[in-house]
Amino acid sequence: MNTFANNKPVIQLRDLVKTYQTGEVEVKAVRGVTLDIQRGDLVAIMGASGSGKSTLMNTLGCLDQPTGGNYLLDDIAVSRLNRKELAKLRNKKIGFVFQSFNLLARTSALENVELPMFYSHPLIPLRERRQRAVQTLEEVGLGDRLSHHPSQLSGGQQQCIAIARALVNRPELVLADEPTGNIDTRTSIEIMGLFQDLNDNGITIVMITHELDIAAYCKRIVVMRDGLVISDTRNENRRFARQEIATLYQAEQKAKLA
Amino acid sequence: MIFLDYIRTFLMSTLQTALISLRALRRNKMRSMLTALGIIIGVASVVAMIAVGNGAQARITSQVSALGQNLLTIFAGSRKSGGVRSGLGSASALTLADADAIGREVTDVVAISPEASTTAQAIANGRNWSTTIAGESSDYLKIRDWKLASGSMFTDREVRSAAKVAVIGSKTANELFGPLNPVGQTVRVGNIPFVITGLLESKGAGMGGQNQDDRIIIPYTTAMKRITGEKYLRSINVQIGSADRMEVAQQQITSLLRQRHRLTTGRDNDFNIFNQKEIADTVNSISKIITLLLGSIAGISLVVGGIGIMNIMLVSVTERTREIGIRIAVGAQPGDIRLQFLIEAITLSLLGGIIGVLLGVGVSRLVAVFADFKAIVSVGSIILAFGVSFVIGVFFGFYPAHKAAHLDPIEALRYE
Ligand SMILES: Nc1ncnc2c1ncn2[C@@H]1O[C@H](COP(=O)(O)OP(=O)(O)OP(=O)(O)O)[C@@H](O)[C@H]1O
Ligand SMILES: [Mg+2]
Repeated sequence: MNTFANNKPVIQLRDLVKTYQTGEVEVKAVRGVTLDIQRGDLVAIMGASGSGKSTLMNTLGCLDQPTGGNYLLDDIAVSRLNRKELAKLRNKKIGFVFQSFNLLARTSALENVELPMFYSHPLIPLRERRQRAVQTLEEVGLGDRLSHHPSQLSGGQQQCIAIARALVNRPELVLADEPTGNIDTRTSIEIMGLFQDLNDNGITIVMITHELDIAAYCKRIVVMRDGLVISDTRNENRRFARQEIATLYQAEQKAKLA
Repeated sequence: MIFLDYIRTFLMSTLQTALISLRALRRNKMRSMLTALGIIIGVASVVAMIAVGNGAQARITSQVSALGQNLLTIFAGSRKSGGVRSGLGSASALTLADADAIGREVTDVVAISPEASTTAQAIANGRNWSTTIAGESSDYLKIRDWKLASGSMFTDREVRSAAKVAVIGSKTANELFGPLNPVGQTVRVGNIPFVITGLLESKGAGMGGQNQDDRIIIPYTTAMKRITGEKYLRSINVQIGSADRMEVAQQQITSLLRQRHRLTTGRDNDFNIFNQKEIADTVNSISKIITLLLGSIAGISLVVGGIGIMNIMLVSVTERTREIGIRIAVGAQPGDIRLQFLIEAITLSLLGGIIGVLLGVGVSRLVAVFADFKAIVSVGSIILAFGVSFVIGVFFGFYPAHKAAHLDPIEALRYE
C-alpha cells in the first residue's frame, strides 16, 4: 500500500455549508464545518436533534451536494461531480446506513443485501453475489433470516440488514446515521462490536449517535450544535464491545446455571 | 476486450433490470392488466380493422374481375336523365347495326356480344321457373370469363341461324332439373323448345347482388326474333385486347355511337359505357381509403392506450418514490432507474400488443362468420401493431422513467 497516500485524510471538509430553501424560509442546517477524518478512524458525531448531523452525513455520503465550502473525498472534489459520477463514487467507496433503515419492502433480507452489488458489479455471477450476501448477513448475525421480508423482522434485525447492505461491497468508508437508535443495549453493543472489528480491519467509520454510552466505543467524538462543530475530542477511555459481550455472556451463563 | 466487457455488462444489467421490472408488474397484476387493456383494444382494433378492410377490398376486387377481362359494356339510355328517357332522339336505343359498327370500326375490339334479355317462364322436366333469358353471341362466355361445367357453348353458326339452343345457369338448372344433368334436355321458353347444350359453372352473386347463376343464355338472334320481339338491344358487351387500350376504345365507341345516333355537340349521350377497369380502379382506391381510415381511427385508440400507460407509470413512480430513493442511495445510476421504468412501460405495451394481436385475429375470424367475406389478417399489420406498441411504450414510458431517474435521493427517501 502507498503509505504516503494513506497519511492524507479520507475526508476533508472546509467551511462546509448546507442551506435548505423551503418557500420563503431559509434553513441553515450546516453553517460552516471544517473537519478532517483520517483513514482508519472511528468517529462518533453527537448533538441535539436538528443540529445538522444527518445533513452533514448525507453530504459526506455523496447523497447530497453542499451549498457552500469544499468536500474532498480521497482527494476528489465532490462538489464538482455530476449525479452519475456521485453514484459511482458512492458505490465504490461508501457504505451508508440510514437513520430509518430504508430497506426495500416486500423484498427478502438476502435480496436487500444483494442490491448494491446489482448496481456496482452486474458482471459478478448471481451465485457469487448470493454467497457474498449470505456471508455478510452471517457476519451481522442474521444468517438464519435470509428469506424474511423487512416487515417480518424486528427493528434491530432490520438495522442489521441495513448494515449488511452497507458492508457487502466492502467499502473503505462506512457512514452510519444512528445505527443503534431504537435498539436494545445488548444488540447495540453487538453492532458496536461489529463496527470495532471492521475498524480494526482498516475501515474508516463515521457514525451518528445520541447516546454517550455508544459514543464511548469510538476513537473520536465530534459534537455539533446549530450546524457547527462545537467540540472535537479523542476518546481516551475507549470501551471494547467484544470484551463486554464476552463478560455479559459469562454472566448470563452463570445466571442460567444458578 | 474492454468493448466486449462493456457489452456483457450492459446485457447483464439490462436482463437483471428487466427481471426487477417484471416483478413489479407481477405485484400489481390487476393494474398491469387494466393498463395494458388500452393497448390491447388499440392493437386489436388496428389488426381487425385492417383485416376487415383488406377482406372487403379483396372481395370487391374479385367481384369486379369476375365480370370478365377488359370489359366495356354499352347500355342504352343516358346517364344524366337516370331512369327517365329523353324522348327527343330518334335513335335512343342500341341496335344490332350499332353493335356491328363497333365490331367493324373499333380497332381494339377482340370479341363482342349484343345482349337482348327479358324475364320469362322456363318449363322443363314438369317444372316451372321464372328466370332471366339472355340473348348473347357465341363469344359471351369468353368475354365474361365464364366456364362451362359440362357440355359446350352454342356456335357462331347457330347464332347466325337463330337456332333454338341454350346454355343454362347452375341455379336455374337446379330448379328445373334438380341433380339431373340438363345437357341434352329440352327447356321450353314461351312455348319454344330449346335444346340445352351446356351447363354453366356457378359464378355467385354479382356486383348488384343479383344471382348470376339464375339465367338461360340463348343466341341473341333467337331471343330478338322469338322471345323479346324487339329490335333494340339492352346492352352490348365488348372485350378489348389489352387493359391499356380500354380508354382509347371507350372514346372511339363514344364518338362512333354519337355519330351514328346523330347527336350534335352539346347533347348528352343516349348511351352509357361501363368501363370495368375504371370501376375496378375506383373501387380499389375507395376501399384503400376506407381501410386507411379504419386503421387510423383504431390508431387513435392506440395513442389513448399509450396515454393510459404514461398515467399509470407516473402514478407508479410517485408511489415508489421511496424505493427509487433507496435504489439510488445504494448506487443505482440515473440510467439504471430510467431503464427499469422504461422496461416496465415497454413490457406493458408489448404485452398489450401480443394479446391485442391475438384478439384482433379472433375478431377478424368472427367477422368472417357474420359477413359474407373473409377478413384478411396481414403479417404487415401485425408487425405494424407490434412496432407501434413498442414505440408507444418507449414514447409514453420515457417521461415517467426520466422523472424517476432524476429524483433527488435524499428527498425521495424522505417521501412518505
Ligand atoms: N429537506 C429539508 N428541507 C428543509 N429543511 C431541512 C431538510 N432536511 C433537514 N432540514 C432542516 O435542517 C436541520 C437539520 O436537520 P438534520 O436532519 O440534519 O438534523 P439531525 O441533527 O440529524 O437531527 P436528529 O438527531 O433528529 O436526526 C433541521 O432544522 C431540519 O429542519
Ligand atoms: Mg438525523
